[in-house]
Amino acid sequence: MRGINHTLLGLAALLAVCLPLRAETVVAGLSRDAINITANFAGSEILIFGAVERDAPSPEGHLEVIITIEGPGQAVAVRRKDRRFGIWVNTDAIEVDEAPSFYAVSTTGALSEALTQVEDLRHRVSIPRAIRAVGVGVAHPEDFTNALIRIRESEDLYQLNEGDVTLRNETLFDTSVRLPANLVEGAYRTRIFLTRGGEVLDVYEQDIAVRKVGLERFIYNLAHERPLIYGILSLAIAIAAGWLASAVFRYIRT
Amino acid sequence: MQIYLPIAEVSVNAFLLLGLGGLVGILSGMFGVGGGFLMTPLLFFIGIPPAVAVATEANQIVASSFSGVLAHFKRKTVDLTMGVVLLIGGLIGAAIGVQVFAILTAMGQVDLLVKLCYVVFLGIIGLLMFVESLNAIRRSRAAGPAQVPKRRPRGWMDALPFKMRFRTSGLYISVIPPLVVGLFVGVLAAIMGVGGGFIMVPAMIYLLGMPTKVVVGTSLFQIIFVTGFATLMHATTNYTVDMVLAVLLLVGGVVGAQIGARIGTRLKAEQLRILLAIMVLAVCGKLAFDLLVMPQELYSIGVGAAH
Repeated sequence: MRGINHTLLGLAALLAVCLPLRAETVVAGLSRDAINITANFAGSEILIFGAVERDAPSPEGHLEVIITIEGPGQAVAVRRKDRRFGIWVNTDAIEVDEAPSFYAVSTTGALSEALTQVEDLRHRVSIPRAIRAVGVGVAHPEDFTNALIRIRESEDLYQLNEGDVTLRNETLFDTSVRLPANLVEGAYRTRIFLTRGGEVLDVYEQDIAVRKVGLERFIYNLAHERPLIYGILSLAIAIAAGWLASAVFRYIRT
Repeated sequence: MQIYLPIAEVSVNAFLLLGLGGLVGILSGMFGVGGGFLMTPLLFFIGIPPAVAVATEANQIVASSFSGVLAHFKRKTVDLTMGVVLLIGGLIGAAIGVQVFAILTAMGQVDLLVKLCYVVFLGIIGLLMFVESLNAIRRSRAAGPAQVPKRRPRGWMDALPFKMRFRTSGLYISVIPPLVVGLFVGVLAAIMGVGGGFIMVPAMIYLLGMPTKVVVGTSLFQIIFVTGFATLMHATTNYTVDMVLAVLLLVGGVVGAQIGARIGTRLKAEQLRILLAIMVLAVCGKLAFDLLVMPQELYSIGVGAAH
């Protein structure tokens, strides 16, 4: 009896520890786990949906869902123009160690309310946090990273879609994210955060593979693996086209 | 119809590219220039990365020049000896140019260099051509008898060593000036993504004193090899030649060039030259304007590390 009591007590203690952590979890799915870039690729839409699983009645605090999709990171140089000798020249530059080539954040509500600063810092959720930059040699490095975000936002490469995730009965959620046509190849990390009162309860992660296929794949591989053959082939095509055009027009004239 | 370019990694409208190729092709057929000086800035404008635009444009010029040179070979208006001498200079120049391009890309100044080259060279050539053709029109209006061109006076160029006979051009001159001209145009071809015909043609007429009828054919002959070489260099060092983009541009380009050549024969030479001069000056003016006026976006992004 004593032994059982002890075991029960231990179980209860274990549950007490686990419950606040694992009380609510995410189960999710993506409409597709791979995107093929074909010759007529003009962007793509991804549908993300899922449910919140819970073992107990929902606790206090506002439940929010944040979904991020992140393309492969690249080192980029951000340059600023300045007037020198009457013309506008690139003068200052900063190096961004890693900036995602694509980054989209979709939320149920305002991001600042759905996530605390600390959690944002820990999980790198918001767009400025997703960029890793060391500003050396310039006065205001944040001007440069802001410019990077501004330029990429205008190209739809960085998106902040606040309120785009619909959450029904604090259980079912879904959203769609539009990927533009100018995508870089690689694994696109998709993360789904469940937060309550700004604290992250659970994270679900899945990768979407974006790759060139068919002719696109063939040309890209040839260009990088056999550059000399690729170059000669390009020239052969050019010369053949030039000859063909003059031959055809000569034929039409006679 | 959108098409995804495998090397440029952007999606563009295929008909837009065919149309651009056709339009520039018509102009190049009319005026006997490669049209690279128009096409490369246009490609920048529709969002093709500059490195890809320059390399791919070199590839396209091979096609249009080859189409053009065939007609000149038939008319026997190609000076092969001169072409080969220019070519030797051109290949060395193109090799230097590709290296300069790679260094400046890393420094983030390639945009500026390309644009400055355009402004300076288009400005000078456009202005010279404009004044010259305006005078020609005025002279023909005056309806005086055509003046017999004076023999080129003997100058410093005749004092140079390594003289060679160029039969088709009827010249006996040192090989140094054509080598230097070739080298210079080769550098520009690699940096600006142009054939350099718009510099080569005046240099051949005014500097080397070649007869006008062999100038265009010889220039085209040399351009094929220099741009071909630049294409290979860009393909192997920078991996920036986009085959799909090149095919779309050159299909439009070669068809346009043939149409343009027909239109060209209906216009008078001076009218043709003044139109070309105006066009060159317009492109130059637009680029100069962009350099002088404060840009809307002061910042730009380059993939890869700075320095």
